[in-house]
Amino acid sequence: MITYLLLADALPKSPQSSTFWLPKAGSLSAGQFDWLYDFLTILSIVSVVGIAAAIVYLVVKYRAGSRAANEIADKTPDHNTTLELTWSIIPLFIVMAIFVWGFKGYLDLRTPPKDALEVNVTGQKWNWSFTYSNGMSDNALHVPVNTPVRLVLTSVDVIHSLYIPAFRIKMDAVPGRYTEMWFQSTEAGEYPIFCAEYCGAGHSRMLSRVVVHEPGGYENWLSEQQKKMSSMPLPELGAQLYQKQGCKTCHSIDGSRLVGPSWKGLFGRKETMSDGTVIAVDANYIRESITEPQKRIVSSFAPAMPTYQGKLTDRELTALIEYIKTLK
Amino acid sequence: MTSTTAAMDSSPTGERSAPPPSSDGARSDSYLTHDRGFASWIFTLDHKRIGIMYLIGVMTAFLLGGVFALLIRTELFFPGRTLMDAQTYNQLFTLHGAIMVFLVIIPGIPAILGNFVLPMQLGAKDVAFPRLNLTSFHLWVLGALFLVLSMVLSAVDTGWTFYTPYSTTTSTAVIPATFGAFILGFSSIFTGLNFIVTIHKLRPPGMGWYRMPLFLWSLYATAVIQVLATPVLGITLLLLIAERLFQIGIFDPALGGDPVLYQHFFWFYSHPAVYIMIVPAFGVISEIIPVFSRKRIFGYKFIALSSVAIAILGFFVWGHHMFTSGQSILAGTLFSALTFLIAIPTAIKVFNWIATMYKARIHLDTPMLYALAFLWVFTIGGLTGIFLGTMSIDVHLHDTYFVVAHFHYVMMGGSITAFLGGLHYWWPKLFGRRYDEKLARIATGVVFVGLNLTFFPQFILGARGMPRRYYDYLPEFTHLHQLSSVGAFILGAGFVMTTVYLIATLRRPIDAAANPWGASTLEWTLPSPPPYYNFHEAPIVTAGPYDGYEDLVYVEELHGYVRRSEEKQSSGDPGRAIEGGPRSSARESLEPPQAERAGADPARTDGASETSKPEEEA
Repeated sequence: MITYLLLADALPKSPQSSTFWLPKAGSLSAGQFDWLYDFLTILSIVSVVGIAAAIVYLVVKYRAGSRAANEIADKTPDHNTTLELTWSIIPLFIVMAIFVWGFKGYLDLRTPPKDALEVNVTGQKWNWSFTYSNGMSDNALHVPVNTPVRLVLTSVDVIHSLYIPAFRIKMDAVPGRYTEMWFQSTEAGEYPIFCAEYCGAGHSRMLSRVVVHEPGGYENWLSEQQKKMSSMPLPELGAQLYQKQGCKTCHSIDGSRLVGPSWKGLFGRKETMSDGTVIAVDANYIRESITEPQKRIVSSFAPAMPTYQGKLTDRELTALIEYIKTLK
Repeated sequence: MTSTTAAMDSSPTGERSAPPPSSDGARSDSYLTHDRGFASWIFTLDHKRIGIMYLIGVMTAFLLGGVFALLIRTELFFPGRTLMDAQTYNQLFTLHGAIMVFLVIIPGIPAILGNFVLPMQLGAKDVAFPRLNLTSFHLWVLGALFLVLSMVLSAVDTGWTFYTPYSTTTSTAVIPATFGAFILGFSSIFTGLNFIVTIHKLRPPGMGWYRMPLFLWSLYATAVIQVLATPVLGITLLLLIAERLFQIGIFDPALGGDPVLYQHFFWFYSHPAVYIMIVPAFGVISEIIPVFSRKRIFGYKFIALSSVAIAILGFFVWGHHMFTSGQSILAGTLFSALTFLIAIPTAIKVFNWIATMYKARIHLDTPMLYALAFLWVFTIGGLTGIFLGTMSIDVHLHDTYFVVAHFHYVMMGGSITAFLGGLHYWWPKLFGRRYDEKLARIATGVVFVGLNLTFFPQFILGARGMPRRYYDYLPEFTHLHQLSSVGAFILGAGFVMTTVYLIATLRRPIDAAANPWGASTLEWTLPSPPPYYNFHEAPIVTAGPYDGYEDLVYVEELHGYVRRSEEKQSSGDPGRAIEGGPRSSARESLEPPQAERAGADPARTDGASETSKPEEEA
């Protein structure tokens, strides 16, 4: 409960939906999806209610009295090939139609337009990283409205799955290969992103958001971010990286215990390692923990941290150390 | 009538009306009391005792898996931390899934009810390979111990699917758990092999394939899947173990392997395994509905062959678990099309069961209530499967609570409901005791309400985008999670209630009739509980498994049915009214007459003396 309350502001939130079953539709394919989903829902409700009504009717009408009455069912035929074929062939036509609609929708989902804007996505325990055309990375997905966007996914550790309910799309991010997905958003706003493939202790916190910008907003955002990152004071950059690189998933800054040690008061603290040695946390230990996390683990914590070797520049590593220093 | 059928051999099992005069000797023929002592159970070759041991083992596992489920639902009552940290939660849902799949539902109906009933429905003394049957149970115990070992060392946290490369890199005890599943696979293969041979070789004279009870058809179809699909799981798990132990690159891309290959291998077994779990349930429902409708089943051949169709088609649909894995569009399309074909044989069954109730005379005893509950939950489980088989729809619903709800409606709602129906149906036969019918009906209602309340909200959660295997969730999902958790506790209460009244019957004297429901399959010709050797002579079958209800008459003081001819001849002599058939003279001289009771004697078994010759195989 405590961690939840602290993070409540940071959590993504789905916009209000006008329907009972589905989240607000935010993409072209969501519109395609919703009518088929609604059709299947109505078909299911009609079938379940029909079957339930038949059962209730039969049970009420043909309920036997006491067993002592020894009632025996009326003599009726115990098979009827015409009937069997009827209730086999009619459902067959229905499900084949559903199959074809599903197939068409799936083809659309898997076939991005050629001119789509490309964003590279990397999944990592437990953080999403979106890399834009100018080389900048962010842990939220920023896209322009009414523009086809193609995401090229991969993972650096285990399988993750990028899931945007508002767009009705999902694709696995598989280590060692690229997969892709695409969408065209229809309305500016923010929508939650989830990791849908189980990936360990931080799976349920591997959250992010799509920010759909009004026309022009996307380009402005990109250039602003780029300016900010290069001129920012180190501790401030460190604080940004803490948010964006996924550090916050496992390390608190308020002293509460998550998957890894809290950063509060970490710098200079004496820590016992899992092999029993005691060290004072300094800049070198922090740097080592980021680039080679399994080398020396603080005792009572699991060796769960993935390496950030090659993902952070020297300036960024120093920025993180400077940031940790400020967390007294 | 001078039937020679050994089925009518009366088994003295204690006096019915008065407390039994401590007649242990008189009861010694029952399989429950034939031998005594712990060793006589754990080394028994008797299929009935092996069935009972499976019942105890599987129910213990069910209790454990159920407690884990309640812990999970309690944790999810509030977003954020409620009881435990994320790692513990992940271990709990993994163990819940692994226990429920490998230890409970896969062995559930075949190994418990199948073991007990199959040889008797064939008029046989045992399965074809009794030692293999015992080995199968011992392997089950060994496999369960390996899962426990994993729990003790560092409980596995991969999900029951053991997806790579998570499972090859996590620090928890994956090897004991997967090795346990490997061993349990052999247990399952042995059971399947045994059932296939038994059904082929030990059918009684007159029982052609189309005279087999539908429960046997379903067990046969299941056994084929068990024998053909399980080895693939075995080798997959061994490869996984080899990769972890020796760093051989098979599935882990860091070692040059392919993680999606693992998913293909895994689902090549685990999708057919879904049918290992549900097809036996179809069999149980097909037994219950005609008996409690007092009517022959409608569309026997369609029900029988649809089990086989499902078993075969089930091998070619595994890719529908992988529509979002990056699998090729062509492969996905084929898997989706084949998936829809399975809807047809499944729908055929449901329609035939309902048609059976037309112009029937329906008795709403507990087994029938469970069968009706099954029709409701299984229809919902099946129809939501259509959502998930539709490719574009699955992209949104895959790995959400919609999937969780769907397979719990099929596995929990389908398999477990049918198992409970079967357990209540055969309980008098298993232990010779009647349970409290009123309590049982109430418990059925509690289970039914709990089940729907637990899992229906999960459909809404999933459709709204709640992913599965989440320790924490967005505040917008709170109310539906709480509804589901309340349902889980109601469901738990239903199971506790059921356990209590069923176990309570064991303290009572034997009081069940040979044929309490008026069924005409062969197991009901034996006394309750059956004698150690079942039939002294193989019965001869002259009619179908759901024929001859008109020849059975309910006898109030017996709480069971006897053949019409027996009832007339025994009128005026209550002591004889409970005799299901002529006694063998040898036995009569051994047993005090007042201690005797026996099974009813359905029309179909008294072949030798009947004027009609046993028909040849259909």
